[in-house]
Amino acid sequence: MPIDLYAEEIISHYEHPHNKGSMDKPSISVHEYNSACGDDITIYLDIEKGKIKNVKFSGSGCAISMASASMLTDSIKGKRLEEIEKMGLQTVIDLLGIDPGPARLKCATLSLKTVKEAAFMYQHRAVDRSTKDL
Amino acid sequence: MKRFDVDRIRSDFPILKTKTNGKPLVYLDNAATSQKPRQMIDALDNYYKSYNANIHRGIYKIAEKATEEYIGSKEKVAKFINAGSMREIIYVRNTTEAINAVAISWGDANIKKGDHILISEMEHHSNMVPWMLLAKKKGAVLDYIALDKDNCGLDMQSLMRMLEKRPKIVALTQVSNVLGTVNDVKEITRMAHRNGAVVLVDAAQSVPHMSVDVKQIDSDFLAFSAHKMLGPTGIGVLYGKESVLDNMEPFLSGGDMIKSVHYDSYTWNELPWKFEAGTSNIADGIAFGAAIDYLNGVGMQSIREHEKRLTKYALSRLNELDGVRIYGYGAKSMDKRGGVIAFAIDGVHPHDVAQIFDSDGIAIRAGHHCAMPLVTERLKQPALSRLSFYLYNKESEIDAAVAAIHKVKKIFKV
Repeated sequence: MPIDLYAEEIISHYEHPHNKGSMDKPSISVHEYNSACGDDITIYLDIEKGKIKNVKFSGSGCAISMASASMLTDSIKGKRLEEIEKMGLQTVIDLLGIDPGPARLKCATLSLKTVKEAAFMYQHRAVDRSTKDL
Repeated sequence: MKRFDVDRIRSDFPILKTKTNGKPLVYLDNAATSQKPRQMIDALDNYYKSYNANIHRGIYKIAEKATEEYIGSKEKVAKFINAGSMREIIYVRNTTEAINAVAISWGDANIKKGDHILISEMEHHSNMVPWMLLAKKKGAVLDYIALDKDNCGLDMQSLMRMLEKRPKIVALTQVSNVLGTVNDVKEITRMAHRNGAVVLVDAAQSVPHMSVDVKQIDSDFLAFSAHKMLGPTGIGVLYGKESVLDNMEPFLSGGDMIKSVHYDSYTWNELPWKFEAGTSNIADGIAFGAAIDYLNGVGMQSIREHEKRLTKYALSRLNELDGVRIYGYGAKSMDKRGGVIAFAIDGVHPHDVAQIFDSDGIAIRAGHHCAMPLVTERLKQPALSRLSFYLYNKESEIDAAVAAIHKVKKIFKV
C-alpha cells in the first residue's frame, strides 16, 4: 500500500478539517454510511440558483474519509450542480494527490458519493415541486 | 508433553514464506481465517489428482476410496470433539450455515408465537441475525444476556433473569471473536437445560484453538468452520445430539438424503446423510480430515498453551503503550481469554491502523468484526482493530505489531 496515503496534507486535513459542522436550514442534507468501515457522514448543501453557496459536513470516520471530505467540500464551493454531476473517482484522486487503492476506495469516495446524492435529490425535488405547481 | 517447536510448524505453511509489500508476511488475522499447512493442501490436491469420484454409490475402486476418505474425515471430526459417532456430524458450508440450519429446521418446528429465544450481547452476526429472522417470522421474542459492567464477560444475574422467561433455545458463543472472552458454556448449558431450553454453542472461535468436548458441554448443537482450523473454505460442521437430529426435519432435500422415494412417499436416509442433500463437498471434507490430523499431531492442549503465552505477552507489550485501549479480560484471567485482542488507539481510526500495519506486511483486521451491536452499542466504538493468534505465530511478530503501533502514533502525532 502507498504509505503516502498518510502524507502530511492528508493528516493535516484529518486533524483540522475544513467545513466541519452542520447547517440550520440547508437546501438539502444527506446522510451516508460505509458499513465496511463504519465511516459515517452527513453533507449539508446551501444551494442558490443552481450553485453551491455553502457546504458543511459532519460525521466520523478514518483519516482518508474525513480528509477527502474536508478537501472535497473546499473544492465544490461556488460550483454548479451540473459540475457536481460530472465529478468522479479522478476528482478524489486529484484532491488527495494519490490513488487510494481498492481497499480504501469506499472511504475516499464516501463524501463525493454523498454530495452527488444530495445534488441529485435536490434537483429531483426541485422538479417535483415545479410539476406540483402546474 | 513434547516441546512446542513453532519454527518447525511454520515450515509446514507455504504462505508464511511469502512477502507482502516487500516484507515477510506477519499474519495476525486468524480469527477471520487461518493459514493452511501443506499437508492439508496436498490432501485436497491428491483427491482431485488421484481418486476424484462421487461417493456412496460407485462400485469401483476410486469411488470406494473417496467414500472411505470422506467418511473417515467425519469420524476424525467426531473424535476431535468427542461426539458419540459420526452420525452426529453434519457437513455444511460454515458456522453461519450450521446456525441457519438449526434456526430454519428446528426453529420452524419448535418456536411458536410469544416464545422466547435467548442469545447474548457478544454474538457474531451469524449467531444473531438467524434468530432475529426466526423471531420475526414466528412472532417470538429475542432476548439478550447482557455483558457485565466491565464489558468483558456475561452478566450472570442477567442470564438468570432471562432464563426465568423459559426460552425455548439458548444460542451462545463459546469464545467471542471481538473480546476473546471464553464463556463457561458447560455451566450455562446445565443452567439452560434445567430451565427446559435447547442449547446451541457457536464454537467457530473455540474448536480451532482449544480442546472442546461436546459430551462435557452437553449442548444439543454445536457449530464451527473448517477454514478457521487449517482446513479449506466451504466446509463446516453442525454437530447435533443423535436424539435431537433424529427428531429434526431436513433443511434441504433431494438426492442422497433419502433412503427410498416412491411417487407418493419417501423415507429419509439415516444420520448424518439425512441432512446432506446432493453431492457433498467431498474434496474439502477429505482435506478437512487432514487439517484435523495436523492439529492432533501438534496437540490441542499445546496449541492452547502457546496461544495463552502469546496473548499474555501481547497484552503486556500493548499495556506499555500510551493511548492504546485494550478490550476484554486482562493477562491475569488467561483462563477466561482466547488469543484475540481488540484494541483502539485514541485519535486514530482502526482502518488507518490496519492500513499502516499492512505497509509493514502485518495483516490485522479492522472494523466491527461482524459484531456490530457489541462494538458500536456496548463498547461505543465505530470500529476496532484486532490481533488474533494461532499455533504458527511468534513473539517476534507481536514485537512487529507493537513497532507498527509506534509508527501509527508517529504518523498521527498521538
